[in-house]
Order: sequence, then C-alpha cells, then structure tokens
Amino acid sequence: MVRSGKPDLGVRINKLNLKNPVMAASGTFGYAEEFKDLMDLKKLGAVVTKTITLKPRPGNPPPRICETPSGMLNSVGLENPGIDAFISTKLAFLKKLGIPLIVSIAAEESPVEFEILIGKLEAVKEIAAIELNISCPNLRKDKLVSQDAGDTAAVVGAVRKLTSKILITKLSPNVTCITDIAMAAEDAGSDALALINTLSGMRIDVRKRIPMLGSRSGGLSGPAVRPVAVKMVWDVYNKIKIPIIGMGGIMDVESALEFFIAGASAVSLGTVNFVNPGACLEVISGLERYMINNRIPDLSRLTGSLKLCQD
Amino acid sequence: MARITQLKTRIVCNRELAESYRYLEFESSCIAKAALPGQFVNIRVSGTSDPLLRRPLSIHGIKGRRVKVLYEVVGKATGILASKKPGDSLDILGPLGNGFNLDRAAPFSAKESNIVVAGGMGVAPLVFLAETLKKSKTQIAQAETIVLIGAKTKKFILCRKEFEALGFSVRIATDDGSLGFKGKVTDLLNSFCGKTRPGMIFSCGPRPMLQAVALAAAEKNIPAQLSLEEYMACGIGACLGCVVSTRQGYKTVCKDGPVFFGEDLIW
Ligand SMILES: Cc1cc2nc3c(=O)[nH]c(=O)nc-3n(C[C@H](O)[C@H](O)[C@H](O)COP(=O)(O)OP(=O)(O)OC[C@H]3O[C@@H](n4cnc5c(N)ncnc54)[C@H](O)[C@@H]3O)c2cc1C
Ligand SMILES: Cc1cc2nc3c(=O)[nH]c(=O)nc-3n(C[C@H](O)[C@H](O)[C@H](O)COP(=O)(O)O)c2cc1C
Ligand code: FES
Repeated sequence: MVRSGKPDLGVRINKLNLKNPVMAASGTFGYAEEFKDLMDLKKLGAVVTKTITLKPRPGNPPPRICETPSGMLNSVGLENPGIDAFISTKLAFLKKLGIPLIVSIAAEESPVEFEILIGKLEAVKEIAAIELNISCPNLRKDKLVSQDAGDTAAVVGAVRKLTSKILITKLSPNVTCITDIAMAAEDAGSDALALINTLSGMRIDVRKRIPMLGSRSGGLSGPAVRPVAVKMVWDVYNKIKIPIIGMGGIMDVESALEFFIAGASAVSLGTVNFVNPGACLEVISGLERYMINNRIPDLSRLTGSLKLCQD
Repeated sequence: MARITQLKTRIVCNRELAESYRYLEFESSCIAKAALPGQFVNIRVSGTSDPLLRRPLSIHGIKGRRVKVLYEVVGKATGILASKKPGDSLDILGPLGNGFNLDRAAPFSAKESNIVVAGGMGVAPLVFLAETLKKSKTQIAQAETIVLIGAKTKKFILCRKEFEALGFSVRIATDDGSLGFKGKVTDLLNSFCGKTRPGMIFSCGPRPMLQAVALAAAEKNIPAQLSLEEYMACGIGACLGCVVSTRQGYKTVCKDGPVFFGEDLIW
C-alpha cells in the first residue's frame, strides 16, 4: 500500500506501457487533431484512430446520425482517406503527440488487405499498436468476421504473423456468445481485446415511414449500450488472460469504474467525446481520486475487483 | 481558423419572439471576438444523457461580449432551452464551421448587387452576415444588398427592422399572402434575378428552398453561398456524421460548411 504519493494509473498491454488506462475510441476522435483546441491531448493514455482501410472509402449516404434514448445511431460507414493518405496527411500530427498511437484497420473485401495495410504501418515506430476492427456493423456484409470464432481465429492468426506490434482485436456485441469469440482471438495471438463495438440498430421516422438513417440501419452507442458492454467485459474477463479495453457508453468516472471492476484493464471513451470533449481527462483525474479514496495503490487491483456475495 | 472553445456560460436573455420562435443571448467574449457570419455554436442543453447530443444553432449576431441566437422550438432540446431563465448556465462549443465568404476578389461591378434570401428560421445567420457586410471593406460589401425574407405567415417574418436599420432594402414573401408577396421567397428571387444583376446570393433556410435557390442561381450563372443543415454529433469534423454530397465527395457540414457554394453541391 502506498501511503504517500499518487496511485499508479499505469497499465501494461504485453510490452506496451500506458501511463494511464484512458483512451479515445476509434471513429469518435477523428485523428485527434480535431480536438487539439479543446484538451491537452498529451494527457491521454492512448489514442485510437478512425478505422483505416486500404483504399479511400467515401462512407455511407446521409443522414448518418440520429439520436436515440440515451444513445445515438451512426452509419458513417468507415469513411476514411485510405492508408496512403492517412500516412501522408494524418500521421505527422499524431506522431508529434508523443502518446501511444493505436491505428485501427479494417479489410473491406478480403483479409489479404491486412497484409498490405500492416506492411505500410509496421515501419512507423510511433505506432504502438494495431487495432483490428473486425466488428463494424456499417460494412454492408452478411456476416462480420467477429461473428464467427473460426473466422476470428483465422484473421487474428494471419495478422499476428505479420506484425510485431501490439495487436488488439475489437469485438462485436452482436453475437450469441462473446466469450467464444474472445477466446478464439486470444488463442490466435491477440495481445488484448477491445469491446464493445456498436450494437446494430434502427430508428424509423413514423411520419414518413422511412428509416432515419440513409443506409437504413447503423450502430448504437452511448449510455444506452453500457449495461450490455459491462456484462460482456465481465463474461470475457472470466474466460481469458489478456487485457480487456472496455468501452460502451462511458460518460464519466463512475461509468468507467464499472468497466474496471467488471474486468477491464483500460477503457476507451467514444460518444461522450461529442458531448463533453473534456471527458477523457475527467475520467483520468476521477479515477486517481477514486483510487486514493479507496486505497487502491495500482490499477491491477481494481481490474476485476467485483465482489460477489457467496451463497 | 479561429480557436474553438468549450465554455460554461450564463444566459443573459431568453424570450419569445413569435409562438415557437425565440431569442437567446449569452455571454462569451471569446466567441464574440472570434465569430464570423455563418458560423454556429453547438449547445448542450442538459447535463443528463437525454437529450444526449449537443444541438447546433447559428450565431445570429454579436453585441459586445454577448452572442445572439434565434431558435425555433421543434423538439426536446430546443424545448428544454426554451425553459431556461436568465442566469441559468449553458454549455457551449464554438465558434464552429466555415462561414460566408466575403473575400470574393473577382471584379464586382457597381451595377451588381448582393441578394440575401432567408427562409423561416434561416434568417438567423443572415442578420449577422448583413451586419458584417455593412462594416466590411471588401469589394463584395460595396455593392447594394437586397434582402428577401420568406415565411409561412406574417408573424414568422423576423428581423425585417434589423436589415432596414442597416440601410438594406427588404422584400417579403408569405405563403398565405398575409404580408408582402403571396408565394415563395424563391419566386421573389426569380423575379429579382430578371430585373437586377445579382453578383452574389447568400441564403439560409429549409433544404427545399435552398435547392430552389441553387437552381435559380445556376440558371443565371450567379454564385450562391448556401448555409446547410444536417444532423450533427461532434460539430468539429471528428465523427463524419454530418456530411452532404458535393462534387468533391462527401463534405462535413460542421467543418467544411455549413456554408457551401451552390455549384459544389449535389442534391
Ligand atoms: C449548422 C446548423 C445551424 C442551425 N441553426 C439554427 C438556428 O439558428 N435556429 C434554429 O432554430 N435551428 C437551427 N438549426 C436546427 C437545430 O439544430 C434543430 O432544430 C435542433 O437541433 C432541434 O433539436 P430538438 O431536440 O429540439 O429537436 P429534435 O427532437 O431532435 O427534432 C425535432 C425536429 O427537428 C429536426 N431536426 C433536429 N435536428 C436537426 C438538425 N441538426 N438538422 C436538421 N433538422 C433537425 C428533426 O428532423 C425533427 O423533425 C441549425 C442546424 C444546423 C445544422
Ligand atoms: C460516429 C461513430 C463512429 C465510429 N467509428 C468506428 C470506427 O471507425 N471503428 C471502430 O472500431 N469503431 C467505431 N465506432 C465505435 C466506437 O469506437 C465504440 O466502440 C462504440 O461507439 C461504443 O463506445 P461509446 O458508447 O463510448 O461510443 C464508432 C462509433 C461512433 C459513435
Ligand atoms: S458533426 Fe461530427 S463531423 Fe460534423
């Protein structure tokens, strides 16, 4: 027990050290530059980029956003400039931040794309980790890679051979059994798991009888999904050994704590960045305060500290 | 682009103008100093998660350290905003977006005029534009400015006095003919385009109106600057949620816009 001084907010994901466990979630933080006026970006534990694909993607037709009870649906559809333009126009700013940079990537047609994507990222030493987005509901596919344990294992295994960087696999909540998928990713060599991506959802304009979103359905995020996410983190924590990056509806330190207690080693904040750009930094300082007040010397003692009454 | 700030401020004034139309004033010297016409603020009306997202509202004008906004109560967030009193706090992000472009360098002959076309609540940013045009030394600001305002009925015609006080001539169109021309403001625009030689059109209003303005402008080969709306989340270009189709692909309304040149838009 540390008597004086600050608790240790540091967290390790294999050989990657984060000074604190709070990061900004993919797709909700642009390429960080968008937030530079609004916060001290250097204080973040890490930043995750918008998902990058091999070729530029125009994304889905508007409207792409609609609000739902305590949440929102988005059908952005992975709009991004493609890996080459990402490297030439977005990377310089991110490198200068000096915080661990996590690049999220996805394949549009075939997992072979990961090979080229990784080939281009591997040499950039400032990129600390690769997040495999195999769970985006806005890629018009019948089935997501992360909806099948075998497919997940195959893709993660293939990518594992290609990169020496930390590999994070991002999972979809739209599955029957999240732990099967999580174990498949762990066995295939993923260093950590990120969960959850958005939940598939739809909202209808009853006056016009049309979908509210241009591409009909989208992904639900925000506080509405939090209980689903917390339960999935808890379930997965009990089955795997690699660290979990928990996310889904975190709004403040209180909601972030639920994830740590359920088993997350780190958390990612998404939708809240739109509402309160200061949220990530508030969670960092709130977490420190909580640890001091509860005499928790380091974060690993908080992770998975859920108390269950024995009956 | 000017620095974006997030601030908690106090409401100075929040009163009804006509039925669901309201006037809001809040204190913010940083926004007041930096704001350009056509820019907007993204307002969080409640600290709870319902409504969750901020709501974009145009900057209607600047008065010293104060920022003026005109808004219509259409749903939950604007309803909550309407219930706030002077002294209540407000969480604001701004100034946001790319406003109207007054730096047109092309020769703007003395015969040409600016036409401002406002539909309903669309008048909000156009008053700020008119005030800025009045003060500006740019070539475009030296031309005469004519303001066309359209609304459903007389009581929703806002800001006529503000434009007239600036010395701009104002023409009115109402759907029911209760004031001015009976019909659409775009019909007025078409008749003006016949009589005068507009050098630039500035417009804000409902989407179908903007589309009609873009069409009229394109037919006569007049450049038109249109302020668009789209559902927004972040308001700062991060989520890519607020795009419109342009000839250069999807562009964000919050950061690339809200003001676009008509010729760039695909409807
Ligand atoms: C750049 C920009 C500037 C704006 N400036 C003004 C302004 O100066 N004054 C003003 O009164 N309004 C303005 N609006 C529209 C305003 O943001 C919406 O009316 C407001 O968000 C409605 O919130 P609500 O919760 O009250 O309504 P909701 O319950 O969310 O919706 C009520 C109705 O409003 C429509 N609506 C809601 N949000 C938007 C939106 N972002 N764009 C288009 N339609 C929407 C919905 O389709 C629905 O029919 C602006 C919008 C944008 C994008
Ligand atoms: C507008 C928007 C865009 C997103 N884009 C991506 C993306 O490109 N890649 C990805 O892995 N997740 C994406 N997500 C999912 C988030 O990273 C996160 O997993 C999810 O929103 C749940 O967290 P939240 O409730 O805190 O937002 C996006 C979410 C939103 C709201
Ligand atoms: S509202 Fe997020 S990019 Fe425009």
